[in-house]
Amino acid sequence: MHELSICQALIDQVEALAREQRAKRVLSLVVGVGPLSGVEARLLKQAYPVAAAGTLAEGSELDIEDRPIRVHCKSCGEDSDATANRLVCAFCEDWRTDLISGDELVLTRVEFVREQAYV
Amino acid sequence: MCDTCGCNITHGNQHLIAPGGKLHKTEQGSEALSVLKNLLSENDHMAAHNREHFDRHGVFAVNLMSSPGAGKTSLLEASVDALSDRYRIAVIEGDLETENDAQRIRSRGVEAVQITTGSACHLDAHMVHDALHQLKLEDIDILFIENVGNLVCPASFDLGQHRNVTLLSVPEGDDKPSKYPVIFRAADLVALTKVDLLPVLDDFSTQRACDNVRALANAAPVLELSVKQSDSMEPWLDWLDQEVEHHRQGCQRGETMRPRIQPDGARLHALAT
Repeated sequence: MHELSICQALIDQVEALAREQRAKRVLSLVVGVGPLSGVEARLLKQAYPVAAAGTLAEGSELDIEDRPIRVHCKSCGEDSDATANRLVCAFCEDWRTDLISGDELVLTRVEFVREQAYV
Repeated sequence: MCDTCGCNITHGNQHLIAPGGKLHKTEQGSEALSVLKNLLSENDHMAAHNREHFDRHGVFAVNLMSSPGAGKTSLLEASVDALSDRYRIAVIEGDLETENDAQRIRSRGVEAVQITTGSACHLDAHMVHDALHQLKLEDIDILFIENVGNLVCPASFDLGQHRNVTLLSVPEGDDKPSKYPVIFRAADLVALTKVDLLPVLDDFSTQRACDNVRALANAAPVLELSVKQSDSMEPWLDWLDQEVEHHRQGCQRGETMRPRIQPDGARLHALAT
């Protein structure tokens, strides 16, 4: 599965951020995942400790923020909830919609400790 | 700047350290940084680089995705035969193992680079970039990239292609677009392949397959193809002609062409505001 390679990309980004912030250790991070990103949140969580081992993020916690699937109808102009294989408007049932949420795969928050500890 | 006594905090930046702010410190002395980074930005960066290469050399690149055995290589063989008198074609083949597919293409007199991914279930932009070094882009009009046979992972990785084609072969069943929405949503064209089998596999409805694609809010053409029935290939070849022309005109205007759906951070802007 590709979740491990995605975790490695995630760790690369987190480490770059951590270095930039002179962080000693990463404590936790939050990743937003939409069902249409093609990434399985459960597998991401499983792969995470493996990818984090030996990095500044070793032992840190990965929190997944589930993003809802939402569509904007090009026909009636309404926004509504939808499901992964039925991206149709909940109001007028037209399939000509734009996805406004649900395909994200984004790092949104990193919690860390700096090299010089605060007193 | 002093991080200890707080003298670096001003009216202008104090919102950053307020709870929920970008640099808010938690009670344990740790800090939290709010960011908005697409996890695949490294891949997407390389993909954009590949796309620039293609555009600079006037190469139209198509990514073919499907489950294993849906007929990607057969479709390529038939396409090469039909198009090689008017286009210079090259193929990048992705498979876990073997050079078989590249050899099938080479036997038709077309250059093919095989990428063997080992255990990786998809191609990524870096693998394609490495393969590009083995091709003379200035001698190519159409580059077909045959992705690893897999209906899941290839959909998440931009390679730098201009168009995505997703194949669905008749033996697989007409509900595959509903079962694997991510990859069928990403398609700029859906090719229903092996339609010569429809008389024996009569539980496959091309109408239902098409409806399932539309339910993904995808208006892409859904074509019925069989490499055994050369007439059925015409709409596919016409589509390629049209897209090559569209790409050529775009390049002249200095515009690039991208697949309808990008598995990247196009939506990041919307999130950030």
